[in-house]
Amino acid sequence: MRLPGRAAAGNVAGMEFGPYLMLATLEGAVTAAVLALTAVGLSLVFGIMRVVNVAHGEFFMLGAVLAWWVASWFGGHAAIGFVAAAVLAPLLVGALAALADVTVLKRVDYDPERTIVVTIGLLYVIQQVVLMTYGPEARPVEPPFNARLALPWVEWGESGPALYWPWGLSTTSYKLFVIGAAAVVLAAVWLLMRHTRIGLVLRATQMDGEMAQVFGIPVERVYAFTFGLGAALAALGAVLIVPIQQAHYLMGGDPLLLSFIVVIIGGLGSLPGTVVAALLIGLSDGIISVFFSPTLAKILATLLVALVLVFRPQGLFGTRAA
Amino acid sequence: MLELKGISTGYGAAQVLREVSLEVRAGEIHCLLGRNGAGKTTTMKAIAGLLPLWAGAIALDGAEIGPLPAHKVGRTGVGYIPQGRRLWGELTVAQNLEVGLMTRGAGRDVRERVLDLFPRLRERMGQRAQTLSGGEQQMLATARALCVEPKVLLLDEPTEGLQPSMIAAIRDVIVRMRGAGVAILLVELRIDAVLAVADRVTFLENGRARETWAAAELRGRHEVIDRYLGV
Repeated sequence: MRLPGRAAAGNVAGMEFGPYLMLATLEGAVTAAVLALTAVGLSLVFGIMRVVNVAHGEFFMLGAVLAWWVASWFGGHAAIGFVAAAVLAPLLVGALAALADVTVLKRVDYDPERTIVVTIGLLYVIQQVVLMTYGPEARPVEPPFNARLALPWVEWGESGPALYWPWGLSTTSYKLFVIGAAAVVLAAVWLLMRHTRIGLVLRATQMDGEMAQVFGIPVERVYAFTFGLGAALAALGAVLIVPIQQAHYLMGGDPLLLSFIVVIIGGLGSLPGTVVAALLIGLSDGIISVFFSPTLAKILATLLVALVLVFRPQGLFGTRAA
Repeated sequence: MLELKGISTGYGAAQVLREVSLEVRAGEIHCLLGRNGAGKTTTMKAIAGLLPLWAGAIALDGAEIGPLPAHKVGRTGVGYIPQGRRLWGELTVAQNLEVGLMTRGAGRDVRERVLDLFPRLRERMGQRAQTLSGGEQQMLATARALCVEPKVLLLDEPTEGLQPSMIAAIRDVIVRMRGAGVAILLVELRIDAVLAVADRVTFLENGRARETWAAAELRGRHEVIDRYLGV
């Protein structure tokens, strides 16, 4: 994911450390929000189906491209196109993923090794079809609203703490919306998993699919739903980010890499772990990118994965296989 | 009630069952006996729909269930208590039972009846299944299967690793289910326990059903038992 923070950093040269850190943290929070949505999708698919979906980043990219298409088709006020994209793009991507599950993954019996090869194939098919139809250009989607909001900072003077508005310390209403929307969707996923009958069926399938079948759960349909849901979450993350970062047919690479990093650190299949790891990686990526360099942020994230794999292979929140 | 007609199946290319035929009647406890690897658990899995039939047929109340996918077999009224219990460990007792109830759309009244058989589970409803003792886990596995309102109950070594009081409690429930007209297919290694509850016994050897005996006639016939279970 390209970091919006880098662009902002250039404008705030000379800002004091505190406000600068706050700005970097906000930019990191936007990255973390989108990353959490994308990684939760990947984590659900792995947790329930034991499928390592290498095409997950392409579902993200497809969400962004479809968002552009839908928003362009609707025209009119930017908000109309954006709302339509936020509804239709995840639905279409989810339906496509469910179709891929039924026509491809089911046919290889969800075999862990073969599904890796199959999803690599899916990655290239989606990417090349998008290149042939959408083209190589990067295209923006207009945000539904984008008011610039100046942010206050506290300064301790002789008469105690006082608020002031440092020049350059600002964000946009849309970026705050991205963080809020991602939090709402993640809470909805958590409620779905913990407090609904669908969640009960998904969790029973995750823990022991064979026993789930014995008790009347159509596991193949559960898998199609899960693969669709995972892809739809990635697509929704892309719809949210595409007004900040343009839609491009090669944009799926970074979200895939970062999602894998997050899912490994958080613990494969653990939703709370995935969200915490997304916050950790997203925020540190934002802050390190702004203060040092994006490359260093990626190096440190990859190093963290290596350390987790060596010292806690099940991830921070994962449970060790019996 | 449940009829296996010359079924053959296995894992991958390895054949385990060879033309096994047997019948479990309503209100009967029918026990499968045999050495390790004889095909007892494989027979259970084949009935539950977890293994595809290579040949033969399985009928429940005259209706063919052999070709059905596993999730549809459960909905016909086949309750399965597998070896090792295989509970959903991170789900609570209540959630494990709820999935059992969902199998055939049973209501809360069924859950209450089942819990009356296992009052100890009523005190543990909010507890995760993996935190229960071995005996309580077996109770839950049995209760979960009873929530299906089964016509046929498949029990694979239900007393494995349990203390005597738990074994007695599980046995009482099995006998009570027989009284309610449920057809029960039981895999049990302890021959004394088998002869105490079973009505009929089928000996499996190398994936074949060799002989079926009335349990009452088998008592004292050590040479028969030794033939199939002796080492």
